Amino acid sequence: MNPGFLLAYLIDGLLIGFVYGIAAMGLTLIWGVMNVINLAHGPIIALGMFGVYLLYTGAHINPYLALLIVAAVGLGGGFMIYWIAIHRVINAPHLSTLLATFAVNMIIIGLGTAAFSTSPYTMDFSLGSLTLGVVTIQGTRIVAALAAILVTGGLYLFLYRTATGKYVRAVANNRAAAELMGIPSARILALSFGLGTLLAMVSGGLIATFFPFTILSGGAYELKSFVIGVLGGLGNPLGALAGGLILGLFEGIIPAFVPNTWVPVFEFLLFVLILLVRPTGLFGAKR
Amino acid sequence: MKDQQQSSVALPLPAGRAAYALGVWRNPGLWLVLAVVGLVGAYPIITNQAATREAIFTTLLSIALASSLNILLGYTGYVSFGHVVFFGLGGYLGMYLLNSGVGLPVAVLAGGMIAGLLAFLLGSAILRLRGAYFALATIGINEAMRTFISNFGPFGGPTGISLNFAVYKPYGGAAQALWLTYYSLLSLTLVAIVLSFQVKHSKFGLGLRAIREDEDAAEVMGVITPRAKTWAYVLSAIIPGMAGVLFFFKNGNIEPLDAFRLHFSIELLVMVMLGGQGTVLGPVLGAAGYQQLRGFLLTNPTFKDYQLVLAGALLLLIVLFIPAGAIGWLRARFPRLRRVLP
Repeated sequence: MNPGFLLAYLIDGLLIGFVYGIAAMGLTLIWGVMNVINLAHGPIIALGMFGVYLLYTGAHINPYLALLIVAAVGLGGGFMIYWIAIHRVINAPHLSTLLATFAVNMIIIGLGTAAFSTSPYTMDFSLGSLTLGVVTIQGTRIVAALAAILVTGGLYLFLYRTATGKYVRAVANNRAAAELMGIPSARILALSFGLGTLLAMVSGGLIATFFPFTILSGGAYELKSFVIGVLGGLGNPLGALAGGLILGLFEGIIPAFVPNTWVPVFEFLLFVLILLVRPTGLFGAKR
Repeated sequence: MKDQQQSSVALPLPAGRAAYALGVWRNPGLWLVLAVVGLVGAYPIITNQAATREAIFTTLLSIALASSLNILLGYTGYVSFGHVVFFGLGGYLGMYLLNSGVGLPVAVLAGGMIAGLLAFLLGSAILRLRGAYFALATIGINEAMRTFISNFGPFGGPTGISLNFAVYKPYGGAAQALWLTYYSLLSLTLVAIVLSFQVKHSKFGLGLRAIREDEDAAEVMGVITPRAKTWAYVLSAIIPGMAGVLFFFKNGNIEPLDAFRLHFSIELLVMVMLGGQGTVLGPVLGAAGYQQLRGFLLTNPTFKDYQLVLAGALLLLIVLFIPAGAIGWLRARFPRLRRVLP
């Protein structure tokens, strides 16, 4: 293998890893705060893709501006999903929340299929590319990685530098105790779910700027988010970025040695292995 | 520690093991379930209609798989998203064996055995994980298996295995083989129901239900939890392994995406939940109801495009308002029914 190609693969993998990271951050934030595995994560990512696509092709809004609108919709949609589907079963056994979020998944996929069918869409959008020696990088991927860093920074500031962020961490730590301290835990849970869907929609929007997608595409990213979430420690949103980068590098390196189709085999084996050996993740979860 | 475990096993059963096992057969609830499923299953045989046979085949398959999933999910309280991995793996091994000239009965047994073996090996590892971590691990295993089989040469890689037409010859041609598969699946479904009933009404099943309520307390009370959980997992895996061989034998070919469809696993969870987890009749009713509803929505011209939306909304309503499922709700509402609705 030509080292130049390997470098190109690595950089590609790393850049996409940032975007995987924020997708997983949404999943793991919801898990960490609410103890809920959000099975509607994939379709929500797909909604982010279609949101940016429709605003760009329909209303000719710059995709990155559209991303802000999509983020706001994500936050609102997340509140709605929480109050309708999850609030009632938040203290029930795991199966209830799993099935409730899966029901949301079915509803979104059903509506999405009726509206967009399952055929692929591509965004006709480009920011040119950057060539450094043998390595050529698409502009959209660089911007996506930068946006992902920005989002992560924003989440960090929110969680560790604001009073509401402190509430979120308190609820994650011990919901009952937080409530006794006067924190409106139900509203904090709704906010956390909203933030989780916001992150998922943003990651979907970023992916749409450089990959073709269908309404079902989110499923693959949902599975990747599980892998990344476990890598970085479920419930540790900032570990998710590191997990995303590791997965991205993995996807960059493995095809250099074995056929591309083996990549998911290694990913999922790694996933099960980490669950067995170190369920708190490589970087340790909060709990 | 070892002495404690020994003594806990040696405790005498109140009524004696043999009498207890016999008593299970006297339970009217079991006969009720078997009679209903048997009558529905016999309907296409009596009327000799191939079209109804196909519809009921799907329902019977769902009943068998949902009942076996219930052993792990309903009795033991472990949520598995990977039940279909046993169905797919059994199907793959069976198809491979059928093409190399092995008869159907042997292939079906082999499918059940490989599924049981996989569950045994996996069980001792992943059943240490609790709650959502176990659920995630089962997703990982299903996906790892699917992607591995897609790359595995002897099983045909991404294109899978197609049966040689000659395989159907000893069974009187393809049309006759379809009936044979149907009889076999009907018997397997009845076996699955009896198994589900026997497990629930045995000391072993009592241990499983103790694990469901509180695993640590169960362990203190003398249930050897790792062993009990592993056996529950193995028992719940054997039926889908065998059913997989029958299904794909009828189908004629097997592909990784059909065999390890994560969505199917989740549908099974929905069926168990609809009918009532932890009951014998629940998964039977849930599977039949789910397939009926799905068939209705798929063929109805007004609802065709929105079948997924409606099914999702219905699932949400049930999860939010009747979490115990139909049978669970009836049993809680009318305690007298507990004797006839197992």
